Amino acid sequence: MIGALVLRALDRGAIAFLATLAAIAVLVPVLNLALPPTSPFHLSSYFVALFGKYVCLALLALSVDLIWGYCGILSLGHGAFFALGGYAMGMYLMRQIGTRGVYAHPVLPDFMVFLNWPELPVYWYGFQHFAYAAFMVVFVPGVLAFVFGWFAFRSRVTGVYLSIITQALTFALMLGFFRNNFGFGGNNGLTDFKDILGFNVQAPSTRAALFVSSMLALMLGFIICRVVVSSKFGKVLVAIRDAEARTRFLGYRVEAYKLFVFTLSACMAGVAGALYVPQVGIINPSEFSPGNSIEAVIWVAVGGRGTLTGAVLGAVLVNYGKTYFTSGVLAPYWLFVLGGLFVAVTLLLPRGIVGTIHYHWREWRERRRLAAPVPNAAPRPAE
Amino acid sequence: MRAFSGRFIALVCAVGVLAAIMTPARAGPYEDGLRHFTADSFDETIEGINAIAGSGNALAAQVIGALQEGRLLFSADEKRVFIREAPDQLIEAETGRPVAGGIPSDLAPVRLNNRLRRIVEAALGSLTLMAPDPAKRLEAAQAVLRSKDPNALPALDQAIAQESDARIKQALNEARAAVVLYLDSASDADKIDAIAVIRQRGDQDALALLGGLLGSASPAVKKAAADAIASIENSLALWSALQNAWYGLSLGSVLLLAAIGLAITFGVMGVINMAHGEMVMLGAYTTFVVQQVIRARNPGLFDYSLAIAIPLAFAVAGTIGILIERGIIRFLYGRPLETLLATWGLSLILQQGVRTVFGPTNKDVGNPSWMSGSFDLGQMTITYNRLWIIVFTLLIFVGLLALLRFTRFGLEMRAVTQNRAMAASMGIRTSRIDALTFGLGSGIAGLAGVALSQIDNVSPNLGQGYIIDSFMVVVFGGVGNLWGTLVGAFTLGIANKFLEPYAGAVLGKIAILVLIILFIQKRPRGLFALKGRAVEA
Repeated sequence: MIGALVLRALDRGAIAFLATLAAIAVLVPVLNLALPPTSPFHLSSYFVALFGKYVCLALLALSVDLIWGYCGILSLGHGAFFALGGYAMGMYLMRQIGTRGVYAHPVLPDFMVFLNWPELPVYWYGFQHFAYAAFMVVFVPGVLAFVFGWFAFRSRVTGVYLSIITQALTFALMLGFFRNNFGFGGNNGLTDFKDILGFNVQAPSTRAALFVSSMLALMLGFIICRVVVSSKFGKVLVAIRDAEARTRFLGYRVEAYKLFVFTLSACMAGVAGALYVPQVGIINPSEFSPGNSIEAVIWVAVGGRGTLTGAVLGAVLVNYGKTYFTSGVLAPYWLFVLGGLFVAVTLLLPRGIVGTIHYHWREWRERRRLAAPVPNAAPRPAE
Repeated sequence: MRAFSGRFIALVCAVGVLAAIMTPARAGPYEDGLRHFTADSFDETIEGINAIAGSGNALAAQVIGALQEGRLLFSADEKRVFIREAPDQLIEAETGRPVAGGIPSDLAPVRLNNRLRRIVEAALGSLTLMAPDPAKRLEAAQAVLRSKDPNALPALDQAIAQESDARIKQALNEARAAVVLYLDSASDADKIDAIAVIRQRGDQDALALLGGLLGSASPAVKKAAADAIASIENSLALWSALQNAWYGLSLGSVLLLAAIGLAITFGVMGVINMAHGEMVMLGAYTTFVVQQVIRARNPGLFDYSLAIAIPLAFAVAGTIGILIERGIIRFLYGRPLETLLATWGLSLILQQGVRTVFGPTNKDVGNPSWMSGSFDLGQMTITYNRLWIIVFTLLIFVGLLALLRFTRFGLEMRAVTQNRAMAASMGIRTSRIDALTFGLGSGIAGLAGVALSQIDNVSPNLGQGYIIDSFMVVVFGGVGNLWGTLVGAFTLGIANKFLEPYAGAVLGKIAILVLIILFIQKRPRGLFALKGRAVEA
């Protein structure tokens, strides 16, 4: 049954996109590991980690696009779910350090020894097991999103109000995680990781494996999103996006739909964060900063809101631009570029790159069909 | 008349002291005391200090002061003591006149150790009790209050009898009470009287004084002290609540300043201006530039710098606001979420622009003289800059209310807020109102920047720190009604400051955010929501 659902969800474009992703997922590790460093096609481990980072951010963009592009919920706090997933993974990685830390304490992470914590806080229990940590990666953001969404959607907080409240949520979490007595390492966050599942985090093969896992997560996320948006459920989401009141009057439980898709999206963001942390080697409270969450929204806007491929493309493009700008002499101008991107995309390219291509493609096809003598041309679907 | 009589008494005293100096030197307690310094032994020196401090000689303060600073020299052979006034000038301690004749060859400073330094300080405190400068007398009284030096008691009694300034007399009485409290020879009745005096004082010092008593005193005194402590603690709690309320008002006024422009634009146009914080920042930088120009061209005008900066900041921020509206926002009507993103992009550009022009570091914006300093109200300290900001905020608020109520522009603005389509069909040029409203909101943000430059660091990130709090005010207070913003700002400000002592600054802030999220369950459109069908549009 699920198979049928998935098959129906994947049209030709989606399959082509997935195939491309799969090709990259194979090609990058091969170019990195199988080729000697002297070969012109060799890809250094730095790039593998960098691309791995982009892939995680693309998954975050996908989760933002699912709620913003298809349900009209503009969350300016999705970075919070991303960071929570990251912290859950960071806690697992911290517990793996064991006695190799600076203070060589068998149980307590370094920062706790440093701050004179007598014992491990209860909420750190169980994080030495990967399965538990992996569960928490999905569970914590999911529960937070469920509780928050339940409160927000039930009282019909919508539009900019919701955006502001989500921004306040991530801001509050940032303030909290900056505190030392929260037990998450204060403003230094969690870092200095050694092993993941017994493999050295720094080793090229581990990095390649992390890259492949991120790719698989992205593909899985893409398929899930495709299934959601191409089902009847997804049509209701679009209806909510375009006319919430009408959908409610038609008898749909708008709150339930929103709550489900918001929670799903938060879980995806959590997974993205969990895969991100071992590849960048650190998680700290600045991941919660409202600016990060808004940036994730602009990736989606650049690629094309309401097109899943656009979200992925936008995240990779903007982040590549960020790396390009901030690593050279152009660094002071990056914020101008980013700010300009916000303005230019909303003003000049409201459909985003992929959305615009889709639009023109569809128009071109329409015109061709109109030129041919076909009666009863199908009406153009509403945006 | 009173001042005159005070001066008269001082004059009489001065004449008396002069007469005492003029009379030929004879071996009194002062001269005996000086001899002790020539023995070069710590115990002898203590005796000398006590003798001199109790002597009442006009030179006593000078001698002890010189001793404290290591300028008191002695000659063991000739048994003479000198004060070094300047590197090459010696004064005979006995007479106070410059040294005539030969200077002894074995001069050495009188040595001190830590025990002696405390005694010297106490002695100096009691000696300056009768200094001519009132500020010095007050300081001396406070020094005695802290040192509780029993040797100061005679000097205190004398000073209290002479003192004419009511405030200093009060301080002296309190100092005396403090000494009596810790005097072993004082009777219980005296001590209880002293407790009453200290209880009147009612601050942390008083608490410390009385708290020290609980260990050793007799039961009656202990009980009186415990009573006094309880009453002081009560009044202190009240004062600290008042002080918190004041801080809350101050924070609330800052929030109101930052949020009011936001509330107007949101109310009229339904768009959130994420670059609002940057308008505040531009206002602060305008103040900085004005002050720089004044410092360079005409330093005398510095006290007027804020008065000059206020219209300029309004003009700068307002103009940029109108440009933003005409250049970007008007193309995004009906798409509030896109407006939010575009203005966020603008805020990044403005921040980075200011960082490029002025540098990333904090800029030094000075307080004009009438805004620096503070005064005490009971146990509260009120700083002038906070006070003026509250006044300034309220003036802006009243001005805005008047603008909305009594001008044509205000009328049209209210009409557009309530029902845009209807207003348009009545002939109001809504796009013009939008531009002007946006300019007005931004201009007020610029004014907020002038005020904030006085209490916060002026840096490119200035606006970021306030933007989320201002959003909370708008969400909490509701839009379309300035009173909502007022109530929202002050409620949040005061709640924040009252939560801080219990939960800490950060947890207090988190608690407020959680409370707001819960609050909008009850009232999704804030305290003062607009009603009617226009709201859903």
